Amino acid sequence: MLSRRRLGTSVPLLCLLLHPTTVLAAWEVNMPRGVTDISQNIYSLHMTIFWICVVIAVIVFGVMLWSILFHRKSQGAKPANFHEHTTIEIIWTLIPFAILIAMAIPATATLVDMYDTSDSEVDIKITGYQWKWRYDYLNEEFGFLSNLTTSQDAIYNRLEKSPEYLLEVDEPMVVPINKKIRFLITANDVIHSWWVPELAVKKDAIPGFINEAWTRINEPGIYRGQCAELCGKDHAFMPVVVKAVTEEEYEIWVAERQQKAREEYELRSKEWTLEELMARGEQVYSASCASCHMPDGNGLPPAFPALRGSAIATGDMAKHIDVVLNGVPGTAMQAFRDQLGEIDLAAVITYERNAWGNETGEMVTPLQIMETTEQ
Amino acid sequence: MSAVVDDSHIHEHHGPAKGLGRWLFTTNHKDIGSMYLWFSFSMFLLGGTMAMVIRAELFQPGLQLVDPNFFNQMTTMHGLIMIFGAVMPAFVGLANWMLPMMIGAPDMALPRMNNWSFWILPFAFMLLLSTLFMEGGAPNFGWTSYAPLSTTYGPPSTIFFILSVHMMGVSSIMGAINVIATVLNMRAPGMTLMKMPMFAWAWLITAFLLIAVMPVLAGAITMLLMDIRFGTSFFNAAGGGDPVMYQHIFWFFGHPEVYIMILPAFGIVSHVIPTFARKKLFGYTSMVYAIGSIAFLSFLVWAHHMFTVGMPLAGELFFMYATMLIAVPTGVKVFNWITTMFRGALTFETPMLFACAFVILFSIGGFSGLMLAIAPADFQYHDSYFVVAHFHYVLVPGAVFSIFAAVYYWLPKWTGHMYDEALGKTHFWLSFIGVNLTFFPMHFVGLAGMPRRIPDYALQFADFNQVASIGAFLFGASQFLFLILLIKCVRAGRRASAQVWEGAEGLEWTVPSPAPYHTFTTPPKVV
Repeated sequence: MLSRRRLGTSVPLLCLLLHPTTVLAAWEVNMPRGVTDISQNIYSLHMTIFWICVVIAVIVFGVMLWSILFHRKSQGAKPANFHEHTTIEIIWTLIPFAILIAMAIPATATLVDMYDTSDSEVDIKITGYQWKWRYDYLNEEFGFLSNLTTSQDAIYNRLEKSPEYLLEVDEPMVVPINKKIRFLITANDVIHSWWVPELAVKKDAIPGFINEAWTRINEPGIYRGQCAELCGKDHAFMPVVVKAVTEEEYEIWVAERQQKAREEYELRSKEWTLEELMARGEQVYSASCASCHMPDGNGLPPAFPALRGSAIATGDMAKHIDVVLNGVPGTAMQAFRDQLGEIDLAAVITYERNAWGNETGEMVTPLQIMETTEQ
Repeated sequence: MSAVVDDSHIHEHHGPAKGLGRWLFTTNHKDIGSMYLWFSFSMFLLGGTMAMVIRAELFQPGLQLVDPNFFNQMTTMHGLIMIFGAVMPAFVGLANWMLPMMIGAPDMALPRMNNWSFWILPFAFMLLLSTLFMEGGAPNFGWTSYAPLSTTYGPPSTIFFILSVHMMGVSSIMGAINVIATVLNMRAPGMTLMKMPMFAWAWLITAFLLIAVMPVLAGAITMLLMDIRFGTSFFNAAGGGDPVMYQHIFWFFGHPEVYIMILPAFGIVSHVIPTFARKKLFGYTSMVYAIGSIAFLSFLVWAHHMFTVGMPLAGELFFMYATMLIAVPTGVKVFNWITTMFRGALTFETPMLFACAFVILFSIGGFSGLMLAIAPADFQYHDSYFVVAHFHYVLVPGAVFSIFAAVYYWLPKWTGHMYDEALGKTHFWLSFIGVNLTFFPMHFVGLAGMPRRIPDYALQFADFNQVASIGAFLFGASQFLFLILLIKCVRAGRRASAQVWEGAEGLEWTVPSPAPYHTFTTPPKVV
């Protein structure tokens, strides 16, 4: 019945309910079952231990509630005298002990299974960087960076947030379903952690060490996760996206990427103009440098120096190349020689030397970068 | 050790010293206890303010209030201040006030060292807080300070943070030595160890844990300092070291540390519940053995904080089994408290409200801990908000509620005045609601996939985060009620008797309220 008063409250309520944030926000209370056999085992273990805890809680809190209600002094209760009972105490020590042994058995079986990374069909090396992931397909000889694509405008509330806010990347990891995929996980700088809840895979990415994990995905789909170890200021902004496709689609994608890698290889020796390098360099800068040195080149001193008007970007070219390629040991400036290809390195250095009023007019070509790295 | 001189007639003519000097130079356990307690409450409010900043930023998706680097400073400092500035000093303050009276001793064994133990803390925390104003900001790598984030990538203030934690460690170690010396040597004649109050047992064992592990923390942070400043590579793979070794050393300290933060709480609850149930504690002997086994086992479980780090299978399994095992003695204690209440004659003054809430909510925290112990499942829980929910349940409605219970319980003894019961109950109910609204939803968002230590999150986590933030603001605001209550009680209130609570037992209830400046200058005889 739409009386005037009800309309008054129901219209705003309706607007609130239809607002994108409300509609998309969920009241999710549980772990996902996931799309792998392991994820479903883990979900079962989780639910089993959960129900055991609930039953114990109901009994224990039930007894407490009983006392609170019926053993009150205000209702005339007189305190009993007992303060020991060896038999009961032994029983309530042994029963929990037995329950724990019962839980430990399936937990052990699942853990043993999770540790068995043998006989994989696809091997992917995952490298954690501040603040993005790199995926190298070891047997296919290509690799790429995977960067967050949510804009600063969305993060700073100047633009609407998309449904995949903070969980969207430019290049997802693509894998085939029904194949055992082994991950070799490491990091370039600090400890990160690669986590996809629906695969129930989480492993720390430790600089200088390689960890292993594996999965076999049963259903095609897009599975999103996040970095799970505090790694600096943009820890919240380096998501993981895994796209699981049929074997046929995977083969097509691999062939495309290999083709792209070959084309990139050819492009290194073409005649690049300043404008072309600047255009590409701006994209590289935005994805790989702007989080620290800021889109306007002003940086965040003292940790992240300014590039705009800086000696590095307007002074000695060789020094500038060296810093970008080899980093600055003892600081947060990483070595980008292994992260970015020669074209991207040439483009970003060219960009830095000419953007924000730096205007040196100088450029670096991919071939020059190649020569430097081969020395 | 029996040179107890009866000089009580001398002290009757000398009250405490006057002015600032009284507090700077006091060797009196009651004064030092009060200083620890006021210090810890101010640190609680400061750390709480940082939590308010965190929850305000997390109220909605998007960055509204602070930048991510400052947010990381807030989470780091919130953890350090609450652990080292609020919870630990509060328990030391309660130990100082109550242990000598409980065992019939005139003071702590080493009164001057007691004074130094306290006075280190304001200086340590001034140093720590000053890092917020240094160039590069305060430590921003989490209270756990994993390398190499804290070494190669840490701000310049990191070395000051390391120095301040060293100072806190020295304070804790000296305090622990004092507790052990007091409890082992100064019990009144007739008070055998197995006749000692539970709070004394809890603190005796906690003190051994402190002496065992604070030096390990000192070692870990010194290695950080060496890597930062002196060119070593303890935690740097390029130099032949291993970042994971830091985690092993840190958590070898860190796990016993969390038991250091809960065993005194167990002791307190073992006093409050029997008092308000008017019934002796059930199973005193098994309570003592349970505390001992928990303490022993706490040294064997540290790597459950590191299940995803890439440990060999055998290690992972060992730590899973050992961690699950700790649930047994802990469960025994909970059953004993409940059985103490069962068929008692219960009343629900404020201390009892906090103690009952402790039993329920600490147990909930314990259940999520048991879930975390299941290593395969932990791969989904680790570094998510599920862990944040777990440890906040055991620390806030766990440790902090036990401290509230203790303060309400012993305030009349300290001040000679009954506190305002209506205000106390209000503080309890608002805190109870606040704490559950804040931390229960964190279980859900953690299970749904929200990582920890993030200033911004994906949209599906928004609703529960909003609820948690509202709960946090409620809980935070309620603590000002407590501040008002404390000030009121110190200044005035209904006169308290020596016994204070009908069902209370123990030597501390045989001295007047307020307790005289010097008590038990002659030891009592205990039957």
